[in-house]
Amino acid sequence: MNKVKSREKPVELIDKNGLRIDGRKLDELRPIKMEIGLLDKADGSAYIEQGKNKILAAVYGPREAHPKHIALPHRAVLRCRYHMAPFSVTERKSPAPSRREQELSKVIREALEPAVLSEYYPRTTIDLFIEVLQSDGGSRCAGITGASLALADAGIPMRGLVAACAVGKIAGKIALDLSDAEDKQGEADLPVAVMPRSNTVTLIQMDGSLTPEEFETAFEMAVRTCHAIHEQQKTTLKQRYLSIKEEVEEKNEQGKSEGQ
Amino acid sequence: MARIGQKTIEDMLALGKRMDNRGPHEFREMKLETGVVERACGSALINLGKTKVLVGVKVQQGEPFPDTPDEGVLTVNAELVPLASPSFEPGPPNENAIELARVVDRGIRESKAIDLKSLCIQLGKKTFVVFVDVYVLDHDGNLIDASSIASLAALLSAKINKYDVEDGEVVFKQELKPLPIQSQPIAITLAKIDKALVVDPSLDEEQVMSARLTVISDNHGRICAMQKGGSGTLAVEEVREGIKLALSKAPEIRSKVIEAAKA
Amino acid sequence: MTLYVERKQLVAPGEILAEGKYTSGENTHREGDKLFSSKVGVVEIDGDKLGVVPIKGCYVPRVDDVVVGRIVDIVMSGWMVGIDAPYPALLPASEVFEQRVPRSGMDLSKTFGVGDLVVSKVLAFDRTRDPLITAKGPGLGKVTSGRIVKISPAKIPRLIGKKGSMIAILKKETGAHIMVGQNGTVLVSGKHPDAENTAIQAIRMIEREAHTQGLTDRIQARLGTGRKGEQSEVTRETSRVD
Repeated sequence: MNKVKSREKPVELIDKNGLRIDGRKLDELRPIKMEIGLLDKADGSAYIEQGKNKILAAVYGPREAHPKHIALPHRAVLRCRYHMAPFSVTERKSPAPSRREQELSKVIREALEPAVLSEYYPRTTIDLFIEVLQSDGGSRCAGITGASLALADAGIPMRGLVAACAVGKIAGKIALDLSDAEDKQGEADLPVAVMPRSNTVTLIQMDGSLTPEEFETAFEMAVRTCHAIHEQQKTTLKQRYLSIKEEVEEKNEQGKSEGQ
Repeated sequence: MARIGQKTIEDMLALGKRMDNRGPHEFREMKLETGVVERACGSALINLGKTKVLVGVKVQQGEPFPDTPDEGVLTVNAELVPLASPSFEPGPPNENAIELARVVDRGIRESKAIDLKSLCIQLGKKTFVVFVDVYVLDHDGNLIDASSIASLAALLSAKINKYDVEDGEVVFKQELKPLPIQSQPIAITLAKIDKALVVDPSLDEEQVMSARLTVISDNHGRICAMQKGGSGTLAVEEVREGIKLALSKAPEIRSKVIEAAKA
Repeated sequence: MTLYVERKQLVAPGEILAEGKYTSGENTHREGDKLFSSKVGVVEIDGDKLGVVPIKGCYVPRVDDVVVGRIVDIVMSGWMVGIDAPYPALLPASEVFEQRVPRSGMDLSKTFGVGDLVVSKVLAFDRTRDPLITAKGPGLGKVTSGRIVKISPAKIPRLIGKKGSMIAILKKETGAHIMVGQNGTVLVSGKHPDAENTAIQAIRMIEREAHTQGLTDRIQARLGTGRKGEQSEVTRETSRVD
């Protein structure tokens, strides 16, 4: 990523108590909020907040391929568009897709492809849209986590869910889930996506400078955190139906007592 | 590729062999020539097996970015020109060209290969911009390593005119000097085929691989960039194995680049 | 042989269902010895066959399915029909007209125009070709009246119910004519708009609560409350523990 390093007065990234700018410890994740099925027209959708990141993911498909010539005879084609809203960053960004967004669209697609059982729908496309409404570091990872939820919400058959998080290095120390301010002054950034079902890595990128030992610490932290995020994904997917079930059971109870 | 072709490659790999008789950790024969385009400040043509990539470096005056008023600018672009492969079409860079350029850029930038501060002419107003243009001429696999190696060779062999800065204006002299290069990042790409990891995949191997991992490291063995590609997955252990392999291959490639740049 | 889940358990994609000699039912996939869920849904166990009844999913045509579709295009030999599947369906002229019709000079749009609704049956479908449908047969043909309700195709089995029990209740209690398309499109027509509304609301309730227990009774109760004479019976129904 063509990071432009901030030239504002460098903020102390880790204070004397070992706490970060937002009060987090080095191995602490920002709070994540997940919601599914919030869009009406899309076949599947999810909304995710991670720290100040606000990201919407939607899936249309499987549907007829347009244009026809991109269709494959034996499986569905997964297409992905990662896009940032002009107001999502501090300095307004042009709505035209930047080179960064194009690269991220590709790596995000490649992070999710192994999870989708695309052989079930030959000659169709599954279109995935990720819109970053507000960005604060780690949006590609939160985008992948949200996109998995949207795919599952759409009822697309999957091998498993994919969860992602980034680990970085700030003030010489390995830290989990860097915010934008930390990333700009940081010394390394390592986004990782994992399919916990098989404990396989579907996305790994890195920029900065890490010794092999630092890499190992960071990598292990990332994989572990992806597993934890995965638990929250499963709970979110099931919760919607559990709520309906609870609601119905409550109504039943009420009905019973009224009926006496 | 026909399914038979894929099975052959996989079967041979199970026996530790590759179609071109290479070992799994062997690079193809590499020929690296610098100074091939005189108009450019620096240039390099690489032949990696049958893959051919030409990189040209141009240095021009421009404006610094507002956040880094005391630094020069580096910009990397890659063109997958249609004559290089039946699968390349004319038009603006597609996702593959963009990914290629950005990974090569990351290697150069994150390893701080170019001393960008020394390119500043006038704080906040004028600076030198280094354009690295990657031109793929023949695609037979592993464009990332080929482009990255050739880019480094072009940068190492580039020459710019010595200059003085008088009243905010650049006054060029006749003598030439090299670009301020302070590190030599080397990209090593591995392809995962079935359960094996092979170094420097050929085009045939890229068509059957499930995933690839590129690791870029500097002279001190520090990792400065990584990129996983492809629609497959890498086991956690495979990531570790890949990094170890890449770090062990980098020094030998680095010495070849330094030698070629001197010529 | 290890079973990791129980009947009616809610599972997410990638969750392990069982290990060993179990058969892979719908919405499950096998990797080696292990059986996994492919979707969010509820576990169904039938002997040694494990399946997952999904919460959501797109419609995949099957031969003999009755579907309610919309004409989207008129082509040389017939019409292209949208049936809410990832594949458009072809309705050949030969599957509409009784006698053989001369190709040229025939204005197909006079029979079905773009936008018309058609009830048809799937004649053929496999993954290499688009589905072929027919409008010949009892109950099939152009839709001339009524309202359309679209629900998730995954809920259609619940709407029909075991041996048609649920849909029978709806038809009886509302008096409306209800044609259930396997593709999730339901055609409702009644003598009164009230009858249609009641039916549509019931259909939406079934869609929402499809995976809960006691739904049939609740629907029966809800639809029965309009009739005075059956009030006390209805109360007894709702107080029964399911």
